[in-house]
Formats: sequence, structure tokens, C-alpha cells
Amino acid sequence: MKFERYGIGIIKGLTVTIRHLLRHPTVSQFPEQRLNISRRTRGNELIWSREKCTGCGTCAKTCPQGAIEIVTTTNLADNKYEVEKYQVDTGYCIQCGLCVEACPYDALFMGYSYERAKYRRGDLVQTNDELLESPERPASGYFHPEIAKNLPRQTLLVEKIVEKE
Amino acid sequence: MAITDFVISSNLPMQATPPDWPGGYWWHWLFFTIALIVFVLVMVMGAIYIERRGLGRMQSRLGPNRTGPFGLLQPVADAIKVLLKENIVPDKADKLVHWLAPVVAFVPALMIFAVVPFQDGALLADLNIGILYVVAISSVSTVGVFMAGWGSSNKYSLLGAMRNVAAVVSYEIPLALSVVGTVLVAGTMSMNGIVVAQDIPFILLQPLGFLLFFTAGCAEINRSPFDLMEADSEIVAGFHTEYSGMKFAMFYLVEYAEAIAISAIITTLFLSGWRGPLLPPWLWFIIKVIIVFFVMVWTRTTLPRIRIDQLMALAWKFLLPLALINLFITAIQVLVWPTDLPWIMVIINIAIMVILVLIWSKFFKLGWGRVEV
Repeated sequence: MKFERYGIGIIKGLTVTIRHLLRHPTVSQFPEQRLNISRRTRGNELIWSREKCTGCGTCAKTCPQGAIEIVTTTNLADNKYEVEKYQVDTGYCIQCGLCVEACPYDALFMGYSYERAKYRRGDLVQTNDELLESPERPASGYFHPEIAKNLPRQTLLVEKIVEKE
Repeated sequence: MAITDFVISSNLPMQATPPDWPGGYWWHWLFFTIALIVFVLVMVMGAIYIERRGLGRMQSRLGPNRTGPFGLLQPVADAIKVLLKENIVPDKADKLVHWLAPVVAFVPALMIFAVVPFQDGALLADLNIGILYVVAISSVSTVGVFMAGWGSSNKYSLLGAMRNVAAVVSYEIPLALSVVGTVLVAGTMSMNGIVVAQDIPFILLQPLGFLLFFTAGCAEINRSPFDLMEADSEIVAGFHTEYSGMKFAMFYLVEYAEAIAISAIITTLFLSGWRGPLLPPWLWFIIKVIIVFFVMVWTRTTLPRIRIDQLMALAWKFLLPLALINLFITAIQVLVWPTDLPWIMVIINIAIMVILVLIWSKFFKLGWGRVEV
């Protein structure tokens, strides 16, 4: 004798909805409340470190979209490459993160910030200094556990969102 | 006003003493007409707020919270928006019918409140056939809905209107039959008389009647899970697909005014109306109306919409036989049961309700008990 057929199912459903009423809602009011995104997010920007980069071009070879363009010159005095131009067309980027994994010198990071939409298509093509890490463009912990360690934990929707401005 | 003229001309006895005001009845009518319109409009605004916020919270959302503190001004914002909107009438529409339909739908919803007592004797017209009047007038709204469906010259509108007529005609019967049980117990058809007779709320004496009335009432006013006639995922918005601006607002108003009306009738018939300790009677009445409306919102957000054949089957195979049995049992109880033992009757009636619902669920299985699709 299954009691679901005798109206018990309706009562079960009613208890579910009343429990939802009594607990906190699982939505956030976006512009006022911001959730912490995953610490290992592959954000929609690429962070490039000029100091660590040797100009080997592995990232450009790995990129399945061919979005990375790197121009180097030979510095004969120091006997090494110098990066003249490091250009990423983030409009092509598919956020696969292969360049970050491929970089043998840990010079590339995925971006942690969101809300980085551009108003013009030309702005998507970022060159040299635009790619450096800055307070607006923090690096994500993707493929870099030492960065992930210092980032705040991701907010889960089951937690009550308290911060409000 | 026609019904009150009828009362005067036929010299039927008015049960509550009319107020001894200058001008007699006319001041009474003027006061209560204005009070009722204000009451309905304010309650509709409150109902919209409760519905949208309650619905949101039950679905783990917040609901509208931008306009005013806690989103309290959302109904006002909606009303202003809808007032300022353009009024579009389809080219092929039957213009007169299209224009009249919202009015025809709205007036009966408002007229129901004429016999709902807010306090002992505080009602527009204490008809001695009050509940009969309610049952009669509440189905007139259907004419407006069908006019809207017909006048729009739109297949979805007509489909929604046809579904509405089918549903309302079917659900009128269990609705009226479940009312008869309370009338038998109370011994009067006057709404005020029924409230006065409720020393024990009739929800305890007539639990099955309450269940049937609530279900049939929800279906009658097209609330989810019986909102087939405005099923937005199937037929756009049903009968008011082609309506915009103030005429749409009228239909929106009708929907909530009817919900409030059914809540008020349930409160009067089953929850002992304005009676209650401590608080003033009218406040008790409004609190109970809001509670009943909240239960409607609750069932709306919980239950999925049913199919049209399931809607018909529920009315004719489930509600109608149970209403008849309930009426039969109530009649016997009124005849033979001694009046000084009501609490035993409460227990017996609740047991009867449980047993009958279980038995009828056995008879009434979707797909004849077939589990797989």
C-alpha cells in the first residue's frame, strides 16, 4: 500500500515548500551582494608576468585558438630573448587554460576577476602592460595552488549570504 | 443593487437589524458599497504582495524587493505601469464584447462581498439566502471570461475560455453540494447566521466539506494547480492573451478579487468568520482571510498544473461522489445526532473524511494504476 497515491504526496510537497519559506533564500542580489567565485576559476582574462617570461613561445604554440602572438628579439649582450610584443586576443580565448599549464616558467595565470567585459572589440586585444597583474586583475589559483591558498573560499548558495552594502 | 431591491420589494425579513441612520438603508448601502470597494482593492494589493513574495520565498527566491521597503509598493508600481500602457484591440476582435468582458467579469467578483459579514450584522445585505446568492453570482464571472475569449478572435483565448467554462460548470456542482452540508448543520442560509451558528468552526464539523470546498473553490477561480485556462506554458495566457492596459489590469484584479472572495467565503463558512477572542471581529475576519489566501498560494507553488482530462475526472469522479456522500452523512447526523455531543461528531467526521478519501483514491487512480508511462 503506497500512501503517495492517497494524498500523502501532496502533503510531502507542501512540507517541502514551507521549509523553503522558513529558510533563507538561495539567491544573491548581484550588484549589492557579490559571491566569492571558485578559487581555481579560469576567468576570462590572462595574466602575464614580464619578469618570469623568457619568450620561449610555448604558450603561443599550445593555444588551440592561436590567440597569443609573441614577438621576441635576441639580446646578444645578455645572451637571451627579450619579449618585444606579447599580445592576446581575448575575444578568441576559450578559457581552456592550456597556455597556463604549458608555460614552463610559471609566467602565465588565469584571471580571477569577473565583470571585465569591454565596450569595444578592439579592447579585447591586450598587449604587453595591459596583461600584467594589477589590483583590478588578480591572478586565479588555476594550476597555481600557492595562489589558491591565499584566495577566499568560494561562497556556496546553501550558505546564508550576509554581506550587504 | 438589483438583489437588494428584490429584498425590499418582496418584504423578506432582514436578519440583522439595519443601522438606525438618517436615510435608513441608503446610507447603509452607500457606506458599505464604498467600504467594500476599498476593502477589495486594498486586499487585492495585499494579496498580490503576499502571493509574489510568498511564491518567491517558497521557491528559494526573494520576490520583488526593489519598490519601497520590502517591495511593498510593487502592486502600486504594477498598477501605474499597467494604467499607462497602450490599449491594443485586435483588428478582427468583436470590439463591444472585447470591451465589455473585463467589466462583466469584475462586477460579480465584487458583488460576492455584498453578503460577507465583517462583524455581527456588518454587511451590505444580510440576505436570508446569502450562500445561495454567492453560489449563483460567483459563476457569472465565467460569462465575462468567455466573452473575453470569444471577443479576442484568437485561438488561444478561445481555448482558454472553453476550458474555463468546462471547469467552472463542472466544479460548480461539488462546490454547491459541499456548501449544503454547512447549511444543514447551521440551519440557515444567511452568511451572518452561519457565522453565529459556529460555536465550533465548521472546518471541524465538516472536514470533508471543507476539503471539497477548498479544492472546488480553487478550481472555480482558476488558481493553480487548476489554472488550465491561463496555462502560460500551453496557451500563452488563455482568455486574456489579447488584452493590454487597463483591461488586462481588470482581469488581473478579477483573478485576485475572486481569490479573496473565495477566501472570505471559506472563512465565513468553515472558519467561524469574524468570531474569535480578544481582537476586534473585523480584524479576525481579515486575518482568517489572509491565512486562507496564504494556503492557496502555498498549494499553488507546490502542485504542478494538471491536464484537462484529469481536471474533469477530479470533478466528476472524486469531488462529486464525495460531496454527495458528505451531504448524505451530514443529513443523517443532523437528524439523529444529539446536539450536546459535538466533539464526538468532530472525531467521527474526521475519521469519515480520512476513510472516504483513502477509499476514493483507490477508485480514482491516474492511468488505472499504471506506473510506467
